[in-house]
Amino acid sequence: MSTETVEKKEVKESESLLSKRRKNLVKDPLSDDNPITIQVLGICSALAVTTQMKPTMVMSIAVIFVIVFSNLTISLMRKLVPGRVRIIVQLAVIATLVTLVNEVLKAFAFDMYKELSVFVGLIITNCIVMGRLEAFAMGNKPYDSVLDGLGSGLGYAWIILAVAFFRELFGSGAIFGFKVFEAIGFTADGWIGLDYQANGLMVTPVGAFFILGLIIWVQRNKTGYVEH
Amino acid sequence: MRQSNLYVILFSAILTIVLGGLLAATSVGLGPIQAKSVELDTKGQILAAVMEVPEGADVLALYDKVIKSEVLNYKGETVTTDADGNKVVAEKVEIGKQFKKPAEDRLYPIFKFYGEEATDEIKSYILPVYGNGLWDNIWGYIALNTKGTEIEGAVFAHAGETPGLGARITSEEVQSRFAGKELYNEQGEFVSVEMLKGENNPPSKLDEHHVDGMSGATLTGNGVTDMLRNYFKYYQPYFNKKEGATAAL
Repeated sequence: MSTETVEKKEVKESESLLSKRRKNLVKDPLSDDNPITIQVLGICSALAVTTQMKPTMVMSIAVIFVIVFSNLTISLMRKLVPGRVRIIVQLAVIATLVTLVNEVLKAFAFDMYKELSVFVGLIITNCIVMGRLEAFAMGNKPYDSVLDGLGSGLGYAWIILAVAFFRELFGSGAIFGFKVFEAIGFTADGWIGLDYQANGLMVTPVGAFFILGLIIWVQRNKTGYVEH
Repeated sequence: MRQSNLYVILFSAILTIVLGGLLAATSVGLGPIQAKSVELDTKGQILAAVMEVPEGADVLALYDKVIKSEVLNYKGETVTTDADGNKVVAEKVEIGKQFKKPAEDRLYPIFKFYGEEATDEIKSYILPVYGNGLWDNIWGYIALNTKGTEIEGAVFAHAGETPGLGARITSEEVQSRFAGKELYNEQGEFVSVEMLKGENNPPSKLDEHHVDGMSGATLTGNGVTDMLRNYFKYYQPYFNKKEGATAAL
């Protein structure tokens, strides 16, 4: 019996750093198990920050940072955390990391801080982060947890970036602040002879709902996923 | 063991100390850099009201070269100490905090612009303004001519206006609409400047006291109108006094 356990352990330890299982930890949340479109978590910030690409980009980086490092921290101390207070411990770790992000933004990217500070604070309540801690980091090794966090973070990031792309494009006629429609001639004195009329719906949260709905539709059509 | 009350309490206490210590260290460590960011932001905004700040310019050095400041009270008199006897610095006066006090008790910083070449002559005056937008506070800096009768430039900022609608007050295109507007009519009466409802108003409506509005953001526009009227009034005593002094000479 004892030899069997030892054997098993050795198999596990020799698992390559990028084995198939570990690759799937990163890959699954990108599409098949996406936190926003499949698990429908983190919708609030997907609506709030996505009017423009630039703040969305900063938000994505902040969420990936928080989710990876909180997964790592919780995984490292998973055997020490008392079960009865685990949720509040997770929250404390998340809140600390979020505050760190906010302080760093305030010091080195003040413009972004002014624009995003409210939403960065709300990462604390982003269910994706909490969900990964509770569902994964509490029961898995640190390296796996980092990969899992990275996967979920990236899954979240590409969806909100996609939403922001369409909202900024149609809502302000720009991408990263670059006026796309003006550049291709949508001006009063350009060859089209008309100014681009910004779509006001896209700058309101309602616009994000529409785009999110369309993305989910396309994705589920492709993957064949159905709710049970 | 892991479930005993003592363990839970000890664990929580240690976690609190570690995390709290980490945050305190960050806050203290980054404090000076953050203070510099805030200073840079404020001075950048003040300069933006009167001149084009070149990309990558040393804002702080430029500011020191072209701007001199003082602090006024409600009667338009220069003050050097606040109610508690502390020395006041115009750049450090938080307009948002002053805004919460009654108008008579506030401090009113004023920034004197000596031209991009920093001559001896004051080229314009810059006033900070503060008010209520639709969702949250709005503020800005308004450059006036030396008589305090005409707007030369404006910058606005906001805490929570709707992106694409009210938040457009931060765009250069909207801010430039204020330049050249007059505060007084031909009879010398104070009429201030009003932001109209709707956008692309006919030129007949856009005289020297009316600014084209922002479509879909009439309430933010009204906030701007009120804010400007209030603060132009607050600074009137100062300009009147100056006028009187020059007339006496």
